[in-house]
Amino acid sequence: MKTAPASVRGSARAGARGAILLFFVTFLAFPFYWMLITTFKTTRDLYNTANNPYLFHDPPTLDHLQVLFSSTQYMQWLANTAFVGVIVVAITLVLAVPAGYALARMRGSSAQNLGIAIFLTYLVPPTILFIPFSRIISNLGLQDSLWSLVLVYPSFTVPFCTWLLMGFFKAIPRDLEDAAMVDGLSRLGAFLKVVIPISTAGILTAVIFAFTLVIQEFVYGVTFITSSASYTVSVGVPTFLVRGDVYFWGSMMAACLIVSLPVAIVYNLFVDRFVVGFTVGAVK
Amino acid sequence: MRSPLLAAPPPKPVPRFFLRRLADSEHWLSRLLLTPAIVYIALLVGFPFLLSIYYSVSDATVASQQIHFVGLENFNRIMASQTFWTSLKNTVLITAISQFFVIVLANVLAVALIADFRGKWLVRFLILLPWVAPISLSSIGWLWIFDSIYSIINWTARAIGIFGPNYWPIWLGEPTLAMTSIIIVQVWRMLPLATIVILAGLSSIPQDIHDAAAVDGAGFWLHLFTITLPLVAPIAIVALLFGIVFTVTDLIVVFVLTRGGPYDTTQVLTSWAYFTGIQGGDLAGGAAISLFMLPVLVAVSILFLRYARRAEVA
Amino acid sequence: MATVQARQVFKIFDEVRAVDGIDLTAHEGEFLVLLGPSGCGKTTLMRMIAGLDRPSAGDILIDSSVVTDLPPRVRNIAMVFQSYALYPHLTVLKNIAFPLRAVGTPKEDIKRKVEWAAAMFGIEQLLERKPRQLSGGERQRVALARAVVREPVAFLLDEPLSNLDAKLRNSARDELKRFQRKLGTTTIYVTHDQAEAMGLGDRIAVLNRGKVCQIGTPQEIYQRPANIFVATFIGSPPMNLIEDKDVYWGFRPENFLPAGIEPGTDNLVLPFRVQRVEYLGAERLVYGAIEGREAKAEVISRIPTNIRVEIEAGQLMDFSVRRQDIERFDRRSSARIVGTYENA
Repeated sequence: MKTAPASVRGSARAGARGAILLFFVTFLAFPFYWMLITTFKTTRDLYNTANNPYLFHDPPTLDHLQVLFSSTQYMQWLANTAFVGVIVVAITLVLAVPAGYALARMRGSSAQNLGIAIFLTYLVPPTILFIPFSRIISNLGLQDSLWSLVLVYPSFTVPFCTWLLMGFFKAIPRDLEDAAMVDGLSRLGAFLKVVIPISTAGILTAVIFAFTLVIQEFVYGVTFITSSASYTVSVGVPTFLVRGDVYFWGSMMAACLIVSLPVAIVYNLFVDRFVVGFTVGAVK
Repeated sequence: MRSPLLAAPPPKPVPRFFLRRLADSEHWLSRLLLTPAIVYIALLVGFPFLLSIYYSVSDATVASQQIHFVGLENFNRIMASQTFWTSLKNTVLITAISQFFVIVLANVLAVALIADFRGKWLVRFLILLPWVAPISLSSIGWLWIFDSIYSIINWTARAIGIFGPNYWPIWLGEPTLAMTSIIIVQVWRMLPLATIVILAGLSSIPQDIHDAAAVDGAGFWLHLFTITLPLVAPIAIVALLFGIVFTVTDLIVVFVLTRGGPYDTTQVLTSWAYFTGIQGGDLAGGAAISLFMLPVLVAVSILFLRYARRAEVA
Repeated sequence: MATVQARQVFKIFDEVRAVDGIDLTAHEGEFLVLLGPSGCGKTTLMRMIAGLDRPSAGDILIDSSVVTDLPPRVRNIAMVFQSYALYPHLTVLKNIAFPLRAVGTPKEDIKRKVEWAAAMFGIEQLLERKPRQLSGGERQRVALARAVVREPVAFLLDEPLSNLDAKLRNSARDELKRFQRKLGTTTIYVTHDQAEAMGLGDRIAVLNRGKVCQIGTPQEIYQRPANIFVATFIGSPPMNLIEDKDVYWGFRPENFLPAGIEPGTDNLVLPFRVQRVEYLGAERLVYGAIEGREAKAEVISRIPTNIRVEIEAGQLMDFSVRRQDIERFDRRSSARIVGTYENA
């Protein structure tokens, strides 16, 4: 059987891989590239169908960014999102960290089943719950208030983060807590003073993902909030930045990039841990 | 000389002693730590869920002060509407087609990513962008890409020669094209997650197994189909299940791109539930519509439980 | 059955020379052991012979044809991995059949050969099971059956016994040697366990830091070690070494006995201060030091229990060693000095 020498096989493989990667990177990243160009192109240039859209016929402009920040409530929306995010993450940690730990340390199969049950509640989507919630929220008088989001968002961040943290805590050997207890700490003390400090990486991962879940949420945001000053970024940009039939494309693209890129950068740092927790880290 | 121990302070008063016992008791401590989360989830997931079922068999509207039981009347009503069946059909179609492409493409991409190469971190960053960016915002980006006059796809395709001079598809204005656009965006945003998950599965196959197959004489295709893919299958199925859930329950892409149009031809269960229940005020009808997603979710949960055990990612 | 040769093979990772200029040949039908501590390059060398890694320089030859650039599957060799590398999703039968399937063997032949290989190792009843249902010993046999089924020209075994518990290891070792004798296939075996190497190898190649220190039969290596590394690596407890100006004197613990036990006139007698005695059942290990020397000279003596001399910690006794059992090593090069010896 004739086979090509190793060098030829190696470069054929590399070539195929390069072509595949080029195709996918183009497909996946192109929209952001296009968003980037649109952000800095003048409206006149954008709307001139005779122009090559990839080239700048007028010099790049910061007008759209300026409009975004000064003439819209974008900054307010960013502030709203941050506000909701921080509080929701705090609530999530308070609920999910102890729960994840308890599930990781409980003996017996009931712990495993309970953990899975909690995770499965994550699969109950906002698109089923938003209908009853709309009434609950208005009955509580939280209609049009950011506090409605603060109340409801943990309903999906807590199940997900409990599952994630359960996996992380399971990976920490029990020996450490046993040693701490022999050294004089109670079990609770061992948890607070030994386990939590060691798990900062895992807890940070949970924080990041809870935060991204908050930033991305749309359904509850568009259902509960009606006044433009109280929108979160995810809701405000699609619903409000359209005045009648006129779309402020440049500003909208800028609005998307400003939120997407930082989130992408932070997410990337933690994505490996995320996958372990996301799939079956807790089942091991 | 008296031992220092005898000079120790007297035992603490009873309340503190009780707390200390609690802090040590594994049994009670775990219940204490678990309870807040469970209570919260029960109240904010369990209760609204039951309420949703109750609404679907009641006459609740946005304005109604009192709610009465009406049996299956709502279900009959919505099932009499053509738009409902369209939305059901669209949900199934969009999910099935998009997730099929996602799984196939994710496998290809994951295999391409498994080796190390320079700039891999950058490639990974770019590949993750669709998943990480808030979908409502990136959908607006796609709205611009699919614009009827200024679509960059059309311009580029015409410039390259793929589209003839008379062919200018109005992506979001024509039913079939609109469905295609939605499917493209769903594939686009789910592909990164599936790829990363499958990549993790691929990485967890011990190198020894690949070496053994190489020594045993397996060529590229035999190796791929009899060794690599079967070992990745459990985790790929987990990725697929998540993809199905996220796509079936998604409101955003349809809402932003088409609002369910043109003329309700691209409605899906979620968007139709929104327009019926929230905009239309018919909470009961909206609840009933959204509950049709339940069978899929239950099926996915069961399958997830089965396959999650088999897929171990180190 | 073929010869396997590594010719001036180098493997360099970044700055590290994992394999540093190795020449060795495994003769037809021979059981050659590559022995050395972890990191000595033995596994790297084996992987290059298999074709899983490419040498930075040098050639691999099988039956005098250069195969260096060829992928593993055309070399017609079989490998057993330390972890056995059984395909977890395939049954034992499919595992063993896999190499045959890979080269397109017809179905009836596959069936026949799998049964033959399974019978050779007594695993016929396991054919429908999956690897996770097997014990360590059973998995090892499946790995061997899979290696054998293609009737390759050479076997490469990478520490296949190290994952078995100690008791199983001995019987597995015996079976391994017998099956290799029976098949007569050239075998290259990697291990860090010197006792295993001595028991199994027709010849042993001792490796250290990417180079071959010595190749020879077990007797040659044990009795005439080429340098200090070989002398102290082989044999447990290791050879005693005493410094003396610019040489080391070496003698094995079992050759260092209480004076008078070994008859003969050409014995070197040394005053031995006993520090500790370990009673091991069939033998005693006596730890102590030679008295009256400038440098410390801690040595061990190994006395079979049927030599019933009383020895206690703290005693000063005369011990002797036959002069013909003494080796000398150059202190700078650590190589053995061949030739006649002198008085210490």
